[in-house]
Amino acid sequence: MQDEEAGKAGGLKAVLTGQLRNIAPVFTLLVLLIFFSAASPSFLTADNFMNILSQVSITAIIAVGLTFVILTAEIDLSVAAIANAVGISLAYFTLQPEYVNIANLPLPGVIAIVLTLATAVAFGMVTAFGVTYIGIPSFIMTLAMMQIANGVSALLVRGQIAYNYPDLITTLGTESVFGVRWTIIVAVLFLAGGHFVLKYTRYGRYIYMTGGNREAAEYSGVNVKLIIGSVLVIGAVCSGIAGMLAVAYFGSAQQNQFDTYLLDAIAAVVVGGTSLFGGRGGIGNTIVGLLVLGVLNNGLDHIQIDSFLKILIRGLILLSALVINVYAQRLREKS
Amino acid sequence: MNAQAKGGGGVPPLLELSGVSKSFGGVAAITEVDFVLSAGEIHGLVGENGAGKSTSMKVIAGVHTDYEGEMRVGGKTVRFRSARDALDAGIGMVHQELSTVPDLSVAENVFLGKQPLTRLGTIDWRRINREAKRLIASLGLDIDPTMTMGALPVGIQQLVELSRVLFSGARIIILDEPTSALSPPEVKRLFDVLRKIRAEGCGIVFISHFLDDVLEISDSVTVFRNGRTVTSEPAANLSKDAMISSMIGRGSIGMHMGESAELAGDDSRPVVMEADAVGDGKLLRDVSLKLRAGEITGVYGFMGCGQIELARAAFGKIPLQAGRILLEGQALSFHSTADAKRRGIAFVPENRSMMLFRNEPIYKNISIAILERIHRVLLKPDAERAIAQTHIDDLQIKTQGTDMELGALSGGNQQKVALAKWLTDLPKVLILSEPTRGMDVGAKEDVIRIIKKLRDLGVAILVLSSEPETILTLADRITVLRKGVVAREFNSGRIYKADLLSAA
Ligand SMILES: Nc1ncnc2c1ncn2[C@@H]1O[C@H](COP(=O)(O)OP(=O)(O)OP(=O)(O)O)[C@@H](O)[C@H]1O
Ligand SMILES: [Mg+2]
Repeated sequence: MQDEEAGKAGGLKAVLTGQLRNIAPVFTLLVLLIFFSAASPSFLTADNFMNILSQVSITAIIAVGLTFVILTAEIDLSVAAIANAVGISLAYFTLQPEYVNIANLPLPGVIAIVLTLATAVAFGMVTAFGVTYIGIPSFIMTLAMMQIANGVSALLVRGQIAYNYPDLITTLGTESVFGVRWTIIVAVLFLAGGHFVLKYTRYGRYIYMTGGNREAAEYSGVNVKLIIGSVLVIGAVCSGIAGMLAVAYFGSAQQNQFDTYLLDAIAAVVVGGTSLFGGRGGIGNTIVGLLVLGVLNNGLDHIQIDSFLKILIRGLILLSALVINVYAQRLREKS
Repeated sequence: MNAQAKGGGGVPPLLELSGVSKSFGGVAAITEVDFVLSAGEIHGLVGENGAGKSTSMKVIAGVHTDYEGEMRVGGKTVRFRSARDALDAGIGMVHQELSTVPDLSVAENVFLGKQPLTRLGTIDWRRINREAKRLIASLGLDIDPTMTMGALPVGIQQLVELSRVLFSGARIIILDEPTSALSPPEVKRLFDVLRKIRAEGCGIVFISHFLDDVLEISDSVTVFRNGRTVTSEPAANLSKDAMISSMIGRGSIGMHMGESAELAGDDSRPVVMEADAVGDGKLLRDVSLKLRAGEITGVYGFMGCGQIELARAAFGKIPLQAGRILLEGQALSFHSTADAKRRGIAFVPENRSMMLFRNEPIYKNISIAILERIHRVLLKPDAERAIAQTHIDDLQIKTQGTDMELGALSGGNQQKVALAKWLTDLPKVLILSEPTRGMDVGAKEDVIRIIKKLRDLGVAILVLSSEPETILTLADRITVLRKGVVAREFNSGRIYKADLLSAA
C-alpha cells in the first residue's frame, strides 16, 4: 500500500516509490558520472565516452535478449556460454591459418554466417524445448545449457585459438564508420529493435503480460509456452550474434573468453531496474544499467585502484541493485 | 443511525472508528466513517461494490496507515504503522483476495509468520503439522497438512486461510467475504466456529454480499454506501429488503434473485458444444453435457463437485483422460488455451486473480484477449482505451478511468473487468465459473442482464456456480454435479432451490 500512502504530501512520495526501480538506476549513473569526472581528468572526454560505449556494446547485444527473457520471469544463465560456442562455431566454419591446429570446415563467408546463426537458434530451441515442453525450470535448464555450450566450445577448439572469420564479421567487429565502431552501431540497432518490439507490438505486450501474471495470460488465451519458448530463442540468437562480433572484436576465438559476460549482462538488466519477477522494466532500463556498468568499469580504471578491490566494488554495486529491485517489487505487491 | 451509541455500561467498546476518512490520490474512498465493534458480537458489514467496506477494514488492520480520524481499541486511541502493529494489538484480518502462499504446505500456511519453535530454536515440524491438522479439522477439513497449498481447490484454501486468523488468538477478527468460495455445509461449520469464538469474547466483523448469511450470523449490521456508514443497527431490527434499500439508497429493486425458476430448455436449438462422457482421471467421471446456441446451461454443485475441473477441461486448460469435447460436431483436441480462444471459446474463472493483472491498467486487462483483432502486429493503445471505455460504461465499472491500475478497483469491480475481457468479440461459447461471486445485488443484476443479453445474441453459455440463486436466475436448463458425476438434469418445468440443494 505504500505506493498510495503519500496522502497529504501531495502524491510526490507515491510517485517516487512507484518509480523507484526507474529512478534509482538513473540516480546511480549520475552519481558515478559526477564522482569519476571529479576524481579523474581523463574520464570526462569524448574519446573516453566512445570507449565506454564500445566496451559495453557486446554486453548490450546479449542484454537485449536477456531483457526479453527476464521480463517473462524466466532466466537464461547460458548466454555467455552460447556466445562463446557460437563465436567458436564461426571460426570452425572459416578457413584458419596453417599454424592453427583445429578441426575446421571452411565454407564461403555467407554460408558460414548462416550456419553459425542456425547453431545459435538450435541452442535456443533446445532450451525452449526443455523449459516449455518438458517443464524444467529455466534456471536449471540454462545451467545445463551452459555446460553443453561450453562442451561444444571445448570440442571445437581443443585448447587452441582461432583467428579468422568471414570478412563481414571481421569488418563489423573491428572497424568504424564516421568514427563510431560498428559494434556500437549494431548494439544500438539491437536496443532500438528490442525496445520497439517490447513497447509497440502485440508480441511485446504478451511478453509483459506473461511476466506480470502467467496464469492470467494463459486464461486470457495467450499461448504462454510459445511466448516463453520464443524469448529463450531470442536470447540465444542475441547471444550468438554478440559472440560472433566479439570474437572478431577480440581478434581471437578460444575457450572461456566470455566468462565475465554472463554476470555483466544479468547485472546490466537488473541494475537497470527490470524486475526479476517479470513484467516490469524494459530496454530503457537495460540501457541505463549498461551505462552504469560501463561507467563503473571504465571509471575504476581511471582512478588508480587495486584491481582486486574493483571486483569487490562491482559485487557491492550489484548487490545494492538487487536489493532495490526486490524492494521495489515488494512495494508494488503491497499496493 | 447512531453508530457511536455505546453499550451503556461505561465499558469502552472493543473497537471504535470515529470520523475516519481515507482517500487515494485525492479521490475519497471512505468519508467520516463511524463504526463500533463490541466484545462478544458478530458485526455484519454490507454495501455495494466499491462502497468502502474493505478500505475501512484495512484501516483497522493497519494496511492503510495514512487516514484521517481516530481509531480506539479498548478505549485507547491507537495509530498503527503497519499490519504487524495491528496484529500485535490483537487484530487479525482475512482479506477478500486469497492471500495464502501456494508453494508452502497447508500447515505452514496455518502458522504463517508464527511457527512454533523447538527448544533448540528450530521449527517444530511435528507440532506444526499436528496442530494444523487439529485446527483445520474444527472447520471440517480432513486433509493432510503437509500438502502443498497451491494444489488444493480455492474453497479449501479459503478455509485454511480462515483458520490461520481464527485461531491466531486475535481478539478482533475481520473477515472480508470469507464464504465466497464455500459450500453450504462449509459455511455452516464456519458459523459454528464463529459463534464459539464470539462466546470467548472476541469481536468479529463479517463482510458479505450474501445478505441472508449476514442476517443469520450477525448481532448487528452496519450498511455502507458511497464510502459512508448509512446505518448501524441490531440485526433483529433489519430485514433483507431494508438492508438492500439502505445499500442502494432507494426502495428495493424489482428483481429478486431466484428462489425458483421456470426452465425453458429448447431441444430444437443447435448444439454448439458438447461434452461426451468426459473424465479428467481424478474427479470428473462420465460427464455429458450439451450447450446450445442462445441457451444458458447451468451447472450447479457444492464446491469441489467438479465444476471447476469441467470448466477448465472445456477451455483446454486441463487435459481429458476420457471422453471427448465436440465443438459444432467436431471433436476438439486442444493444445493450449490460445487454441480454445481461437475457436471461439471464452472462459472466466472463479478466482479473479487467475484472470487479472493487478499491476496493469484496466484497459490492458481488457484488451489482452482481443489484441489481434485490433492489429495483427502493432499495438493501438487508443483503440484499446476506447474499447475499455465502452465496457466500463456498459458494466458500470466504478473507476477513475481506463488507465487506473486494476488492483485499485474494489473486488466486485475487478470481477466485472474479468468478464469485460470477453465481451468485445462475441465468443461462440462462453464459460463462466461463479460469475456473480463477490458482487453486490446491483452488480449481480448488471452481470445477469449482460449474460442474458449475450444469450439472446446467440452465444452458447455455460454457467457453473455453487450459488443456487445465480443458477436459478440465469439457467435455461440445469445439470447438477455431485462428486464429479452428473447427479441430475433439469430441462424444463418449474424448479425450486430446494430441488437443487437436495440433488447436489
Ligand atoms: N489502492 C487503491 N487505490 C485507489 N483506489 C482504491 C484503492 N483501494 C480501493 N480504492 C477505491 O476505494 C473505493 C472503495 O473500495 P473498497 O475496496 O473498500 O470497496 P468494497 O466495499 O470492499 O467493495 P467490494 O464489495 O467490491 O469488495 C473504490 O472506489 C475503489 O476503487
Ligand atoms: Mg471489498
